[in-house]
Amino acid sequence: MSEPMVLAENVWKSFGSNVVLKGVDMRVEKGQVVVLLGPSGGGKSTILRCINHLEKIQGGRLSVDGTLVGYHERNGKLYEMTTRKVAKQRSAIGMVFQAFNLFPHMTTLENVTVAPIRVKKQSHQEALEIGTKMLTRVGLADRADYYPSQLSGGQQQRVAIARALCMQPKLMLFDEPTSALDPELVGEVLDVMKELAETGMTMVVVTHEIGFAREVADLVAVLDGGVVIEFGPPSQVFDNPHDPRTAEFLSAVL
Amino acid sequence: MATTADPGKPPVAQRAQRPPDIKSVPVRHYGTWVFAAIVIYLAVAVLVSLAKNPNMEWNVVGEYLFKPLTLRGVVVTIELTIIAMLIGGIGGVVLAVMRLSKNPVLGVIASFYIWFFRGTPVLVQILIWGFLGALYPTIFMGLPFMGIIFGSWETSAVIGAFAAAILGLGLNEAAYDAELVRAGIISVSPGQSEAALSLGMPWGMTMLRVVLPQAMRIIIPPFGNNTISMLKTTSLVSVIGGNELLTRLQTVWGQTFQIIPLLVVACIWYLALTTVFSIGQYYLEKHYGKGHSRKSEAPKKQKKQPAGLATKLENGASAIPEEHR
Repeated sequence: MSEPMVLAENVWKSFGSNVVLKGVDMRVEKGQVVVLLGPSGGGKSTILRCINHLEKIQGGRLSVDGTLVGYHERNGKLYEMTTRKVAKQRSAIGMVFQAFNLFPHMTTLENVTVAPIRVKKQSHQEALEIGTKMLTRVGLADRADYYPSQLSGGQQQRVAIARALCMQPKLMLFDEPTSALDPELVGEVLDVMKELAETGMTMVVVTHEIGFAREVADLVAVLDGGVVIEFGPPSQVFDNPHDPRTAEFLSAVL
Repeated sequence: MATTADPGKPPVAQRAQRPPDIKSVPVRHYGTWVFAAIVIYLAVAVLVSLAKNPNMEWNVVGEYLFKPLTLRGVVVTIELTIIAMLIGGIGGVVLAVMRLSKNPVLGVIASFYIWFFRGTPVLVQILIWGFLGALYPTIFMGLPFMGIIFGSWETSAVIGAFAAAILGLGLNEAAYDAELVRAGIISVSPGQSEAALSLGMPWGMTMLRVVLPQAMRIIIPPFGNNTISMLKTTSLVSVIGGNELLTRLQTVWGQTFQIIPLLVVACIWYLALTTVFSIGQYYLEKHYGKGHSRKSEAPKKQKKQPAGLATKLENGASAIPEEHR
């Protein structure tokens, strides 16, 4: 078997005295869609942010595509990466946020092309072409010249997905992408994510959409108290959970 | 009972029509009218007394308002203001970014700078730059303590009155603008820099492309305020013979004793310049406010889309990158 896309081994993370991750183990193979579930404060978002090195882990090992996140290893010793190297690592990982975080001072097209032009050094022509393709892909090509404030929440989140895809990432992270949306707008975002999963993109998704997890996920991980209490295919996790806490959580959300 | 059977109500279709606008007698604000009358009465009284006062010497005001001497002073005042604000603005951004950076050395330098320049009167700073020659008669370029000197000049030749004025005003302004820029940067939601970082932008690019343009919206109004303040603070450089508007008029009234009319000339010019700068501020605010109004119209026709792109897309091109198809 080839290198896993994401490999977390006994990952620990704390904010001050508050220990959020207490030894998380997780393995995401290339092309897999893994959904992270669990009660709030369980560490789902934190592990996602650690994968992108927006947060630094304090213990264990975390690697993406066979490379440690944020560190070089030489002769068994860890060396912190320079911020430039970290930036390079991040540019291959797409992230979609709960609050969209589109750049409000840029139009939709500028939002999706700024990083390819500035970070990947693509030509304007190329970036524009890929950007328009991606906007077409999420069904928003006709909104290219709109500012984010002129779009609905669902449209903004679809632009945010297009923005991440324009960097042609090998891994996409979704941090509660539909939690800030009005109920009638959730579907359009999930549809885009579903299509993306069908193209073989490796995805790690934090969500409360059980239906999406059941339908799209290859694996579901349930995090509670900073550890993975359940990890397996959706059918097993939802219909036949090992841990009583999983059943408790599921009965609360379903 | 069915609604159609109710004879008292018109049919539904008719009721949906928009009724004519309400016509009513508005509330009369008599107090406002009385107050306005009193204010106008007092204002006219003040103006008449000023106009009739022989000490105003309106003819002198008219004589000096557009004299070449006055106009040259106005030009110097504008130059001083703009250059000092450029130094202040750029210096302020650099200092604010230094203060917010993770590099502790840069942070300490910026904090010390801001502490020193905010902590001493700007008049004192202008005087120090003006009389720097008394402290260091010559300036040399080279490496300290090593005896390597590339060249040396007389201080008064390098730093004339204008340069001293610029240094005094600009460096002081930078300290104030630094705090203003920092406030603007802090006001931008952390999610914005996280989004930029997660796209692979390094920290500097994140600042330049994402955070600062958004901070500008917050920074511009107080920066405009500082610019107008600077316009008048330039008059302080009269202490080192700065040759701006007030200094020039001062030398005139030193000989002619026409103090009041010349002060009126100065006020008229400062008011005029303030008005012009305020208009400039309005347009800057409009520029950096883009994307922040829901009311803004749908954008104009696309112009950037390269020809042929639309047809290419219609041929069923998937937007997913090659390797993921």
